[in-house]
Amino acid sequence: MTETVSITIDGQAIQARAGQSILEAATAAGIKIPALCHHPALKPIGACRVCLVDIAFERALHPACTYEVRQGIEVHTRSPKAEEARRFALELILSDHPLDCMTCERTGSCELQDLAYQYGIKESQFPGTQHEYALDTSNPFYERDYEKCILCRRCVRTCDEINGVEAIAVIQRGWDSKIGTAFDGIMQDSPCEFCGMCVEVCPTAALQPRLGKQQGRAWEVEKVATTCPYCGVGCQFYLKVKDGRILGVASKWDAPANHGWTCVKGRYGWDFVHHPERLTQPLIRREKGGELEEAGWDEALDLVAQRFKAIVKDHGPQAFGTLASAKCTNEENFAMQKFSRAVIGTNNVDHCARL
Amino acid sequence: MTGLVTAFGSGAMTNSFDDIADEAQVYFIIGSNTTENHPVLGMRLRQAVKQRNAKLIVCDPRAIPIADLATLHIRQKPGTDIALLNGIMHVLIAEGLYDKEFVAERTEGFEDLKAKVMEYPPERAAEITGVPAEQIVEAAHLLAENRPGALLYAMGITQHITGHQNVLSCANLQMLLGNMGVPGGGVNPLRGQNNVQGACDMGGLPNVYPGYQAVTVEAAQKKFEEAWGVPLSNQVGLTLTEMLPLAAEGKIRALYIMGENPMISDPDANHAEHCLRSLDFLVVQDIFLTETAALADVVLPGSSFAEKLGTYTNSERRVQFVNPAVPAPGEARPDWWIIGEIAQRMGYGGLTYASPREIMDEINQLTPSYGGITYDRIGQMGLQWPCPNADHQGTAILHIGRFSRGLGHFGAVDWRPPAEETDEEYPFVFTTGRVLYHYHTGSMTRRSEGLDAIFPEPVVEINAEDAARLEVVDGQPVRISSRRGTIEAEALVSPMTEPGVVFMPFHFAEAAANKLTIAALDPIGKIPQLKVCAVKVETV
Ligand code: SF4
Ligand code: SF4
Ligand code: FES
Repeated sequence: MTETVSITIDGQAIQARAGQSILEAATAAGIKIPALCHHPALKPIGACRVCLVDIAFERALHPACTYEVRQGIEVHTRSPKAEEARRFALELILSDHPLDCMTCERTGSCELQDLAYQYGIKESQFPGTQHEYALDTSNPFYERDYEKCILCRRCVRTCDEINGVEAIAVIQRGWDSKIGTAFDGIMQDSPCEFCGMCVEVCPTAALQPRLGKQQGRAWEVEKVATTCPYCGVGCQFYLKVKDGRILGVASKWDAPANHGWTCVKGRYGWDFVHHPERLTQPLIRREKGGELEEAGWDEALDLVAQRFKAIVKDHGPQAFGTLASAKCTNEENFAMQKFSRAVIGTNNVDHCARL
Repeated sequence: MTGLVTAFGSGAMTNSFDDIADEAQVYFIIGSNTTENHPVLGMRLRQAVKQRNAKLIVCDPRAIPIADLATLHIRQKPGTDIALLNGIMHVLIAEGLYDKEFVAERTEGFEDLKAKVMEYPPERAAEITGVPAEQIVEAAHLLAENRPGALLYAMGITQHITGHQNVLSCANLQMLLGNMGVPGGGVNPLRGQNNVQGACDMGGLPNVYPGYQAVTVEAAQKKFEEAWGVPLSNQVGLTLTEMLPLAAEGKIRALYIMGENPMISDPDANHAEHCLRSLDFLVVQDIFLTETAALADVVLPGSSFAEKLGTYTNSERRVQFVNPAVPAPGEARPDWWIIGEIAQRMGYGGLTYASPREIMDEINQLTPSYGGITYDRIGQMGLQWPCPNADHQGTAILHIGRFSRGLGHFGAVDWRPPAEETDEEYPFVFTTGRVLYHYHTGSMTRRSEGLDAIFPEPVVEINAEDAARLEVVDGQPVRISSRRGTIEAEALVSPMTEPGVVFMPFHFAEAAANKLTIAALDPIGKIPQLKVCAVKVETV
């Protein structure tokens, strides 16, 4: 049994688990505390100071994401002091952030935009120099827009705590701080495996997949849960879909085999679905040595059925073989072996499992 | 997976990703390039090593990425796994480090195993494998001192002429250590393609009906005859690797292929092409005009994973949904519909289903291990077989307290040299595998913009020493030939392979590695020996 402690948050009595942070306890109780650098899949670092809360008998404010619950503490998430500090932290971040939400990919799914909206912050209170960086488009999977980076380090922590290759870090110091590879080179020359988990957890549009750009807003996209078509780990994720086209992949954090994690193939390898070379029509070779020509389903299916019947009749069922498929569903494989056994009459059915 | 059936009575991954990732104290990875071929599991193992100091033993001739983190990296010569494993077991038995209680209570055949592995003292194993004897001893000690330990393997174990014995040997090691039926343990074959497990479970095999019910057992035959309303054959069928040569002999006249591309995935591709061309009638159902489909008489457009409802079974035996997200292009149709239509037109109505759910209902009826895996129960978390009925929660770990076959069986096995060894003319050992960015025959990943951009061309990995001797530089095109064929690719001069060994991924049709490989079969598992053959390398 895990130990519980009693606390109150905004006057509400809560039983929290010992070891939880105030933020976790609040979230579990349905109380929302604004947060930015924190992500539930990562260890908290208390960097952005957006989640500051007021704790009775504590002089200073504390980040809710790193503060562990203790018996009897009384937390005020919306005290004037906390709200003011939070607004200050947000204004500071926004003072060095392009306000081009109109064309930004993350409009509607940006955590910074949501907070600016909630706090009604229109423009920066700290006019001054803003960073100017060129968009980094050097890798084939995602773009990095340093101007939109809020240095929350979610990506860095992801690369360390999820993938584990530690390809990126905060490089340089102070004003020049930015996220990069060891020698500020391109990702391809780093240990990066392009799993895309950093892109998944980035709260802004600083990291953005190349596929699906300018094709759909967050609220236009439907998320359909599915299982990866590639390896046998069987990761689950959502396909983001709009108007019959896939625009991207989103993590499904409750997925049993992968807990939200993906690799490069699962995250960026789905675009074959819309490839122009997809077969869209049955094809028939009307004479041996001739070309494959388009045909209707009836013609193709009748031809197949008639030829199959003739071969079984002339040469017996053992002259026939079928291949089921390690890429098809269970239902399709069941149907295929049943076809071989019940319709043709042979156990000559196999698939490429051995390979 | 015949090896695991012999040893335990069930041919699947014994444990689950969660318990392996969270509870194993040591990993023994052999013949699996985990971070490239099963990347998310690779990430989880990396975290286990980094965050909770789990020990890691990697046995692989190549310096695969996960070996960077290894407590011990053993680089055995390709095709010498049994000698290595026997050597490790020799140490465990000779030094009395094995789990005597487990062996006494849960297994049979120990004396035979003991007699056999006693022929493999570390010095002899060292001679065969090229691995220093001290490393063999160290591996045994690491395994004995850190329990539970999980053994993971992939095609690097099965794609050998001794594939069946290789698997038996893995099973022997884990039983000897008492690592079976416990969280964080087990013998865990990682499936290369997303539904290999399901295709096997569903009876896409020549010897068994769904749920591994043997076609030769009368009761099974009766059961399926009754369910399907037709007489069925009790004669074990042919594997793909047996069918192809028979096609060339005119004994196999027609093939109906769904979603497979044997032109690229099969060994000795030139011969495979000849066999396919010899058929009277070839039907291929796929989503692209693959190299195999291009040879067909009829090509039927199927649907991709994003366009249909159905289930896949992952390596850990978990049945999960795919859902229709987008419409199929043009006239493409779900594969189950196509099969049903052909059956209907041949006069059989028993394959005309209204939906995949109806097929699953039938699977539930006929497949004991899937009895409780219904569409209403799979939900968001999936269900792991065996799950015999609608009250069962599924099974995360197999063989707890008892093996499926009763007692675990030790099968003593001997090392044998590969079917083809190097000689003066063909001095290099050629091995094949996959890379992170591509998948199987490349029909999907080669048509994905990002994946093809980052790894666009076939390469052959060659050691710097060999490269220097042949006067080959990085990026230079080379010609690689075996007794069966010749291909060209760019040389990748790399420390990944040891001198005398060249490695090539098999995803590329333009330089199909399988033009070189040998069709020699493991006589029991019928798996071709894709992992080892002899080649020569020349500059172009
Ligand atoms: S790139 Fe995104 S995740 Fe990384 S530090 Fe910047 S804002 Fe945070
Ligand atoms: S996302 Fe990667 S690891 Fe997961 S199933 Fe797909 S290919 Fe395998
Ligand atoms: S979310 Fe707590 S400090 Fe950033």
